[in-house]
This record gives sequence, C-alpha cells and structure tokens, in this order.
Amino acid sequence: MSGQSTYEPKSGFTRWLDSRLPLVRLMHDSFVDFPTPKNLNYWYTFGGILTIFLVLQIVTGVILAMHYTPHVDYAFDSVQRIMRDVNYGWLMRYMHANGASMFFLAVYIHMFRGLYYGSYKAPREILWILGVVIFLLMMATAFLGYTLPWGQMSFWGATVITNLFSAIPLVGESITTWLWGGYSIENPTLQRFFSLHYLLPFAIFGVVVLHIWALHVPGNNNPTGVSVKSKADTVPFHPYYTVKDSFATVIFFILFATFVFFLPDSLGHTDNYIEANPMVTPTHIVPEWYFLPFYAILRAVPDKLGGVALMFGSIAVLFILPWLDTSKVRSMRYRPIARWFLFLFALACFGLGYAGAKSPDDLLFVTGVDADGLAVGFTMVWFARILTAYYFAYFLIILPLLGLVENPKPRPASIDASVGGGASAAPQAAE
Amino acid sequence: MTDVAVDPGHEPTRRDFIHIATGAVAAVGGGLSTWAFIDQMNPAADTRALASTEVDVSAIPEGGEIKIMWRGRPQFVRHRTAANIEAARAVDVAQLKDRQARNTNIGDAPATDENRALDPKYLIMGASCTHLGCVPLGDGQGDYGGWFCPCHGSHYDTAGRIRKGPAPENLPIPDYAFIREGVIKIGLSAAEESNAGWTGA
Ligand code: HEM
Ligand code: FES
Repeated sequence: MSGQSTYEPKSGFTRWLDSRLPLVRLMHDSFVDFPTPKNLNYWYTFGGILTIFLVLQIVTGVILAMHYTPHVDYAFDSVQRIMRDVNYGWLMRYMHANGASMFFLAVYIHMFRGLYYGSYKAPREILWILGVVIFLLMMATAFLGYTLPWGQMSFWGATVITNLFSAIPLVGESITTWLWGGYSIENPTLQRFFSLHYLLPFAIFGVVVLHIWALHVPGNNNPTGVSVKSKADTVPFHPYYTVKDSFATVIFFILFATFVFFLPDSLGHTDNYIEANPMVTPTHIVPEWYFLPFYAILRAVPDKLGGVALMFGSIAVLFILPWLDTSKVRSMRYRPIARWFLFLFALACFGLGYAGAKSPDDLLFVTGVDADGLAVGFTMVWFARILTAYYFAYFLIILPLLGLVENPKPRPASIDASVGGGASAAPQAAE
Repeated sequence: MTDVAVDPGHEPTRRDFIHIATGAVAAVGGGLSTWAFIDQMNPAADTRALASTEVDVSAIPEGGEIKIMWRGRPQFVRHRTAANIEAARAVDVAQLKDRQARNTNIGDAPATDENRALDPKYLIMGASCTHLGCVPLGDGQGDYGGWFCPCHGSHYDTAGRIRKGPAPENLPIPDYAFIREGVIKIGLSAAEESNAGWTGA
C-alpha cells in the first residue's frame, strides 16, 4: 500500500524542506493519510500503546540513570535514595518498573492478536520476524534492568540466567566467565549490564522503525484476514485510528496508573528489597511474571542442556511460524477447529506461567498420602511438562497438519462487505 | 592468485592483484582486531589474580557447616558426622548420576567418598549448584541428607554428589590442603600468583 504520496506542502518553508528532506511527507504518508482497513478492532491498538511505552521507558530510564550508581557497593543504596530522597524519584522508578510490566502485557496481547488473525502469514513474514526480534531484545533489556537495583532477586536471577549458557557443551563455561567478566556475578558484571541496559532500548527503537516500515509495505492485516481490495475497504489513519489508538492508550494508562500509585510493588518481589548477598540464595527464586512461562519450560526438563534448549526453542519456533502454518486462511474467525487449539494454547501459556511461579515439587492437586503421611499427587513439574508438550505441538504438529485437513468457513468477499452495507456482501469460498 | 578469473578471457591485471591484496589485509586486520573487542569482556588481570584463603576448621562443631568466600564464590566447609560419612561410603558409584570425583586435588577419579573428602571429617566444596549456580541449603536437607537446592530442586548427598534433580555434576572440590592442624588453605595454585597485587576474596 505504499502507493502515491498525497502530501502537498502548503507553505514556502514546507516546500523548501520537502525538496531537501521529505520528513514531513514521510510522516504524512505513514500516519495521516495512510490507508488502513476500516474494520480494525481494539486488539489493533496495542502497537501504538507499545510505542508509547517504549518512549516512556527511555525517558524514565534516562532520568533514573542520572541518579543511579552502577557499582556493587552503591547500586542498592542509590536506588533506595532514588525512592526516598530524589524529588519524585519514587515516581520515576515506579513508572519504570511497572512500565516494564505494562510493556510486556501489551506485547503479549499484541502477539496473540497476531496469532489469532494470522498476521504472521504472507506477505507479513518479515514484519512478524522483526516483532519476534523486538520481543527478544525486550526480554534481554528487562533482564538486564532487573539486575540493576542489586537486590537478592536481581543477583540470583542474574546468576541463574547467565548460568544457562554454561549448559552449552565445551564452550559453556568460557561463555559464562566472559559474560560475567569474572568467576561469578560481580562488579564487572553489574557495570556491563548497566551499559547494555542503556543501549538495548535504542536498538529496540531501531527495530521498531523497521517493523513499522515492514508494516507499511503490505499494510495492516485485519480481523477478517481478507486483503484490502479497494478504497472502500480502508479509511485514512488520521483521524480514525489516531483517535481510536489514543482512546485505548488512555484506558491502558488508567491500568498503568493504578499499579504505579496504588500497587507499585505488587508485581515485584519483596526479596528485591534485600541487598544482594552472594552467600544466601532466597528460598524461592522466581523471575518477573512476564518470564514465568519460559521459566516453567526451562524447569520442565530434568536435564540442564535439554531445559535450556527447550526454553530458547520456545521462542525460536516463533521465527519459523509463518512457514509452519499451512492454512491459506489468515483469520481464526474462519478456522473453526484451529481457533480452539489456539484458545488452548493461550490457556497453556497461562498454565505454564502458573507452574513457573510454583516450586517444581509443589502439587497441582492431591491424590492421597504416602507412607509418611505426606501428600502426594500431580506435581507442578508434570503439569509444566504436559503444557510444554502442547506448546510445541501447537506450532510443530497442529498448525502444519490442521491447515491441510481443516475445512474453513466461508470468508466475506471483502472487508467492506464484512462490515455490512458494502456493495458485495456475498460470501466467497476462497480468497 | 593467477586464476582469479574476473571475466573469462581476461588476463589478471595489477589492479586485480591490488584489489585482492587490499581485501585480504582488511579481512585479516578486521578479524584480528575483533578479538580485542571480545576479549575485553573476559576477567581483567586484577580479577584473574587468584586469591587464596585460610580457614580454621577446628572451630566448626561436628555436624556444623560454614560458608566462606573464595574467588567471589561461596564454598562449603562441612564437619561431617560419622553417620554422614557412613551414608556417603555406602553408596555404589555405579548408581551415581555423575561418577566423576570432581576433585581438583586428584584429577580424574571415580566419585567415591574417599576421593571427595581428603580428610573424611571435613568436606570442602564449591557452594554453587552445578545446575544454575544457586547456593544449596545445608543442614541435611534434601532426600539424601546432604544439600538441597531450592531453585529447581536438586538433591545432593552427604558427599556433595548430585543424586536427583536437574544439576548435572557433583559439587566441585577446590584445591586445598591442611597447612596446620585444623587449618586449611583454599587456592593453593594461587599462592604464587597472589602477589599480583590484588588479594581480596
Ligand atoms: C525497553 C525499555 C526498557 C525496559 C523494558 C526496562 C526495564 C527495566 C527493569 C525491569 C528494571 C528494574 C526495575 C526495578 O525493579 O527496580 C529497570 C531498571 C533500570 N533501568 Fe530500565 N528498562 C528500559 C529502558 C531503560 C533505558 C533506556 C534506560 C536509560 C539509561 C534505563 C535505565 C534503568 C536504570 C538506571 C535502572 C535501575 C533503577 C531501578 O532499578 O529502578 N532503562 N529497567
Ligand atoms: S540452580 Fe540448583 S537446581 Fe537449579
């Protein structure tokens, strides 16, 4: 849809600028007169929300960095000073910490939207892959950021995650030493983590630009999954979607504000208010909520390398998803069987998150007592195993096979027809 | 480099030679300088200068355990009870998940209790779980009366050998020796290097 530009500079200055650096034209064609399917629902507002949260993380982060000291002897105290003494420091930190959670909430909704409406399919494979790259960079950034306050969870979370690399045969130990800059997590580690935590969000910003570029070549997908066919299918981005996105953003900010002002520590872990102590591991290490499903996958396997491989595999599989789904129909609206498997997949992700928050030996339900009178039953690790199997089966077995055997429902002839009142409301068998 | 055919029938010229030579120098130079950018992340000289630590083990009561820091990592020193030792010796090495002693002092050897504890009463070993590095809980925790790692549920026996859970290896034994009655020194090979100026632990 990168059609003809409709921008016409009006003043002498904008004409002068346009023939030298057509920046205003680029913005106009991308965010004002960009033709957008007219049936986008609220699931489509999370892209805008994500962009705003990225900017917010960068602004609050740069401010925190003005008061933060990346040294093992001072880091914890400097964060406490931000909380108590720096003017509005508590606000900056709570916005940054809860902003990260909101960022992940939004990205998960955004990704499930893509899974449901088949936005990863041709011609949007690159768009999807760039999205997965952003997701990976976000995870790296959040992990690095979580180390900075140098609390117990910071320290032990970082220990566990960096040790994942030691599972790699032969070179694993050297890689962890290289990451640490020492023989355990110490000051060199904290300093490099700070440097990278500052850097990566700007890398994310760069990939977001590519992501939007890759969006604006094929244009938005939409809830019907039917491609745009005529001008009747679209409306200009502004004012229709600028307003819709703004409204959704305001609602989302109410949720954000609720956390920042009323529940600022509810998503964090109390152990992170204890300064890092390399001698004592907290009895129950849990990552931040947004990593829990992956943590459950890691622990589902009784083998170190196997667990690490599966955990990375669970994200790697997203990269090849566009080629795993064999169905020509994009939207799950018209895939009566696949949509149930996708709902199950979403449930599996919640289940994995739940298992990730528990100890592997905790019981999901009790079936009886053993000889010593201790409860026995179905353990979390088995729960996580079943869900992990389903997670992979969804991508590697169900989607490839289902596309071949499923009989999709008839799709509307066009987006215009689907919203009613269109000229050609008759359904059509295949796209 | 004579048969670098740019287009067939074209004799290699001096210009071709200069192109290839320039490219080769740039590739090798670029490749070599990359190493500096990678290696700067590895432990710096002050961090590498290993430290050694002396521990008075006679103060540890029977059944007691202390943790000390050595090279930035905690180490266990456990004064084992007779029952602990007996339990550890009763185990058939063939049944172990990791049959290597993992004892720096003796090199490759089967994971018998004798090969793990130089003096059966004192077990000295790294306190970082071989799974992902948490510090296991002592005091006879876990299914084998030794240590239990709360992070992902690894159980170690009274010789610090992995028995159950995701950890792949027995807890490592650092190089140490009894230098006086009741005093051990950890990090022997470090002794000569420790003059490098940095002696923190
Ligand atoms: C993708 C965007 C970002 C994400 C997801 C993110 C995430 C996080 C997280 C989860 C924490 C730990 C919060 C806590 O529990 O205290 C943190 C801390 C921190 N971040 Fe970021 N961050 C981002 C961008 C930035 C940027 C651009 C900077 C600029 C330098 C920055 C600077 C800091 C500092 C100084 C801290 C330590 C203070 C603290 O713990 O509150 N962050 N970040
Ligand atoms: S770190 Fe000990 S079991 Fe994972």
